[in-house]
Amino acid sequence: MPIKVPQTILTLVAGALLLAACGSDPGSDTGSDSAATSSGGDKTITVYSGRSESLVKPLLERFTQQTGIAVEARYAATAAMASQLLEEGERSPADVFFAQDAGALGAVAKKGMLAPLSDDLVNQVPEIYRAKSKEWVGVTARSRVLVYNPGQVTEDKLPASVFDLTKPEWKGKVGVAPTNASFQAFVTAIVVQHGEQKAKDFLAGLKANEPEIRDGNGPILEEVDSGKLAVGLINHYYLGELSKERGTTPDALTAKLHFFPGGDTGALVNVAGVGVLKKAAQDPDVQAFVTYLLSADAQQYFAEQTFEYPLVAGVTPPAGVPALAELQAPAVDLNDLDQLEATIGLIQESGLVP
Amino acid sequence: MTAHPEATAADSSKTMAAARYAGAMSARPKRPLLLALSAVAVAVALIPVVYLAVRTAQAGWAAIVEDLGTVRVARLAVHTLGLAVVVTAGCLVLGVGAAVLVVRTDLPGRRGFAVLAALPLAVPTYIAAFAWRSTVDGFAGFWAAALVLTLCSYPYVFLPVAAALTKADPAQEEVSRSLGRTAWQTLTGVTLRQIRPALTGGGLLVALYVLSDFGAVSILRTDTFTRAIFVAFDLGFDRTGALVLAAALVVITMLILAGEEAGRRKDARYAPLGGTRRMAAPFHLARLRRPAVFALAAVAALAIGVPAVSLAHRMLQGVSRPGAWTEVAAAAGNSLWLSAAGAAFTMLLALPLGLLNAKAPGRASRLLDRLGYLGHALPGLVIGLSLVSFGVSFAYPLYQTAWLLALGYAALFLPLGVAAVAGAAAHAPPVLDEVARSLGRGPLTVFRTLTLPLTLPGIGAGAALVFLTCMKELPATLLLRPTGVDTLATELWTNTTVAAYAAAAPYAALLVLLSSLPTWLLTAHTGILTRKSAP
Repeated sequence: MPIKVPQTILTLVAGALLLAACGSDPGSDTGSDSAATSSGGDKTITVYSGRSESLVKPLLERFTQQTGIAVEARYAATAAMASQLLEEGERSPADVFFAQDAGALGAVAKKGMLAPLSDDLVNQVPEIYRAKSKEWVGVTARSRVLVYNPGQVTEDKLPASVFDLTKPEWKGKVGVAPTNASFQAFVTAIVVQHGEQKAKDFLAGLKANEPEIRDGNGPILEEVDSGKLAVGLINHYYLGELSKERGTTPDALTAKLHFFPGGDTGALVNVAGVGVLKKAAQDPDVQAFVTYLLSADAQQYFAEQTFEYPLVAGVTPPAGVPALAELQAPAVDLNDLDQLEATIGLIQESGLVP
Repeated sequence: MTAHPEATAADSSKTMAAARYAGAMSARPKRPLLLALSAVAVAVALIPVVYLAVRTAQAGWAAIVEDLGTVRVARLAVHTLGLAVVVTAGCLVLGVGAAVLVVRTDLPGRRGFAVLAALPLAVPTYIAAFAWRSTVDGFAGFWAAALVLTLCSYPYVFLPVAAALTKADPAQEEVSRSLGRTAWQTLTGVTLRQIRPALTGGGLLVALYVLSDFGAVSILRTDTFTRAIFVAFDLGFDRTGALVLAAALVVITMLILAGEEAGRRKDARYAPLGGTRRMAAPFHLARLRRPAVFALAAVAALAIGVPAVSLAHRMLQGVSRPGAWTEVAAAAGNSLWLSAAGAAFTMLLALPLGLLNAKAPGRASRLLDRLGYLGHALPGLVIGLSLVSFGVSFAYPLYQTAWLLALGYAALFLPLGVAAVAGAAAHAPPVLDEVARSLGRGPLTVFRTLTLPLTLPGIGAGAALVFLTCMKELPATLLLRPTGVDTLATELWTNTTVAAYAAAAPYAALLVLLSSLPTWLLTAHTGILTRKSAP
């Protein structure tokens, strides 16, 4: 009988695994020790990031270099990260929650898990971009936009309001990502600005207009850029991300951005922001981290690398988009975006999501 | 999934006698230690399901009834079951077709095609779905998801069926042919009935996988329970609504398991394992050679070629690059050891359960086996969140360590390991143990000198399958991994969320590449590769 190599390997694998399972410790040295940071001042902090690792990690490394404070970072989608924090409750190992959406910060704050930030921190950011309770503060801002392909829609045909997208001429032409947190914040903003009925009518009209539904803003932008879709509802900075991936500038892409004028809900400006968990409220290392996020260095990094609007004065804004002050954003209080339950119900009822 | 050597009778009366014999054997109270260990294993694997039940009950019956009794839930149930049925049927056709061609015919390049047919197991559905969507315009919806899921999961049928075909006794087929039945009649009437446990076992794994899949259904927008659960978590962190939907998924799982159970009892004419092994004479394809080669090549091109070409295209088109090669290597290393820990822990739990199934078949072992399947159909997100809650409340020292992640993997993938152990343990039939015991050996000595050596390759195959599945797992890994530990799957995810597709491609390629080694081992384990060519 010839020697059966794979059979022998499998036997060895099984033997080794059984030994490993019986005897050894699968490396529990990372992780849980960070729970001890609540005492503070030990030059280590734990950050739960709902923002992408490839964007945040270089920034954290700069922070560590400048301050000597090591950062243990966990990454997940903002919604999943908020769910995890809510499950963990008071025993969460996290010191800081860095989220991509004011609504997620609001949901965690609502459960009483976040501590108020000091005045000298929050006062660096305009009042409309932070929590009234000071439980979170915006770090960068992003605007909702209509991305369009100029080959399919000329500038003069662009809608004046996001509500025009329910008109017959837009049938089958609009890309939306209804499972995305930014879309959800936008729907909440309609409720806040115009009442529930208006939001209901808009969602029903959108659904009846046979929108092209995608699972995120990225795919919508790609399809608009390649001409498969005429227009789509996304956040402004996705154009910057795609141009970076293509090795070019936002202006060089085919897809163009349309900022709805006149305080239209379609031009909602939301923030990515940060909150500090209660147990870490007194930790000087955590204070140093939030201070750093609002420093010129970090703000500049966001403007250049993520194409978001810096919120601290005196930082050069991102290229290729109108200045934050020039945007005609709707008068929606970001503190009101934490009223999610109603929005979820509306979006589900509309049939845009399963 | 276990074929019992006792049940090899050629006619129905003997089959019934054999069934009675098996029943009488299991009626004797035997192996209390194994039963106890199995119960412990199932209890550990059921931690997330128990949490789910407790949390769902907390929502109050009124809320549950209100959440479940909607048109939306009914629509989700129809879609989910429909997708499971279509994909399972597709996988049975592809898996059995490929297995028959590779094992029972004179197909040129059989070994190569055997490896190709198993290789889709190394491709995560989220990579395949992403590749298809960026290759074909407007690729979305029910049939798109059905196609991708079928192409990714048919190896779950191909591997056990190919193994069973390799090991089946050809005598019955020869009798059938000699009585004037055609090759086709013999295949459907005799051969496929002989290998029924492999068919139903593989089909069950596919059906349950479809219930839990999130990659294909979310990227291709097919409304299943799992997608609705992910959306509910995304939309305002609606944990209660998501958990109620997950509970509905558990009920559907029970229905599928009951269906499989009902189908299994009718026919006990299984192929004998062990004994003299003799290959059936291969069927000469003649003029069918070319179409057969073309069909297998086409399936491989769709299942492996499309993702490969799409990844290469993304890599060339973009300018983003992954961090230093040390980061890529670290992610690969983390994937390997976390998956190894997961496989080790899963197999540790699967060992007693699989042995119990094979050695002491009966009500208790069936029940424990079925209970082990409940976690398998739940989305990784639900298992992950429930273990977050469990870890924080009851096992804080283990929280965000590899231990809890390994537990998550075990809860998700236990049945894969159990099936492998049970199949392998059938090589050491209970009679063999009894002979050894009657000769004065103690139970532990019997286990060490007889059962373990005979089952080790099977345990290895189970471990390889679990390992491979752990490598591809994403949602539970994101929630449970130690802070700061990146794996290939998480790096792939983090890069694609910011459109850095070119940076993501090396992680995807490495993930598929590293997964192909266990896939090759699994293929080899079926015995297809070592089969001598026809005399």
